[in-house]
Amino acid sequence: METVIILHILLVFMIIGSIITVEIKNMLSAVIAMGAVGFVLSVAFLFLGAPDIAITQIIVEILSLIILIRATINVDNVAIEKKEEIIFSNRTTLIFIGVILVFAWYAFHSLPPFGDPSMRVSQFYLTHGLREVGATNFVTSVILDFRAYDTFGEAMVLFTSISGAFAILRRWKKEQHKDFLRIDREH
Amino acid sequence: MKMDKHTGMTLIVKMITRVTVGFMLVFGGYIVLFGHITPGGGFPGGVMIALAYILITLAYGREFVEHKVSGVTASIVDDLGALLFWTMGIIGLYVGGRYFFNFLGKGEPFNLFSAGTIIINNIAITLKVGMSLYAIFLALAILQRVVTEEEPKEDEK
Amino acid sequence: MTLYFLDFFLLTVGLYALIAKRHIVKKILGVAIMEYAVNFFLILIGFKKAGIAPILTKDMDIATFIQTAVDPLPQALVLTSIVIGLGTLALMVSIAIRLYERYGTFDMHEINRLKG
Repeated sequence: METVIILHILLVFMIIGSIITVEIKNMLSAVIAMGAVGFVLSVAFLFLGAPDIAITQIIVEILSLIILIRATINVDNVAIEKKEEIIFSNRTTLIFIGVILVFAWYAFHSLPPFGDPSMRVSQFYLTHGLREVGATNFVTSVILDFRAYDTFGEAMVLFTSISGAFAILRRWKKEQHKDFLRIDREH
Repeated sequence: MKMDKHTGMTLIVKMITRVTVGFMLVFGGYIVLFGHITPGGGFPGGVMIALAYILITLAYGREFVEHKVSGVTASIVDDLGALLFWTMGIIGLYVGGRYFFNFLGKGEPFNLFSAGTIIINNIAITLKVGMSLYAIFLALAILQRVVTEEEPKEDEK
Repeated sequence: MTLYFLDFFLLTVGLYALIAKRHIVKKILGVAIMEYAVNFFLILIGFKKAGIAPILTKDMDIATFIQTAVDPLPQALVLTSIVIGLGTLALMVSIAIRLYERYGTFDMHEINRLKG
């Protein structure tokens, strides 16, 4: 019972942190609040019995903070929040989200109750894992032996996204002077 | 303190980097190699090794790292990791009839060399993920240097 | 049950940031919040009350371990999902940087107006 109460408190903290991230005007503060949400998520993973995921979440959180700070601290530090004629978009979004939440409350009754998963496939992995693979970390044996093909697909997705980022960030020689002259003229 | 583009950060940061980078690389290697006994595996270990190289790049400046591990080297190691992972799958297909068949011997549990091909797959994933993320950080960092260098170009417009 | 609902509320906070904000980096932060909410939901489904992590230690009996371990399958899927989220975040940030250099602003309404 205590784990459930701790998880509720951590989730409320994450919701407050994410509302601060979305609504604050200074971009650097928004990125730092995002980091706080990620760290509390890693603690919540520890309480849910997933130490692999907690290690991965903290390390990936640190790297994504570095990349996001590189994007925001360029020249602009203040978000643009002109509230001119955007009231239509804000109000319809909120009504839409309210309708989704009402339907979600009824949809979650059809899931298995919390704390009692239906482990139809995983029961096979747990009972035969030690004899067929020999690894004592069952998550690694699921990733790299029972479902190694999915890990191969994941490596290819990572490769594609990183090479896409390279192709976007590439600069040709004669394009350099054109871009920088435009930025200099606007100041 | 200003960030001089030829020497990197201040002296205190460089001293602390010199002490902690070794720990980070050893810890990353431990997470990867013992991935089938303790929590961890290829993915957090790879990102940890990338973070160690990123720390050196941030503290010492980009020219210092380009002699040791340049962007081209990172790309080549990344491709080698992906090719190694694919090769293990093909060899498994020929030996056992299934893609990614576990064909090495399974020793005693709790040893380093139990669980067959999992340790080689972990090392391949580490090379792939770690060098990918380091290369993308180098590409983002190159841009910063080119933008700030162009300030004196205003007078020759 | 309320845990599932609170987690879905976190998802809608990220969705609101993605739709209704003008700054591009706020939209990217909204996508990252949605990824956190989805990963958390997958681990919540596989949780067993009074369960232990699916890692065998030397002094554990195998029969009780099989009865009380949490589900290892969602954990394996979430592990790759977190690293893929990092890759797509790098791609989105590189697009945002190129947009800034091309148009001089991060505001999406201005970019829609300028367009060339």
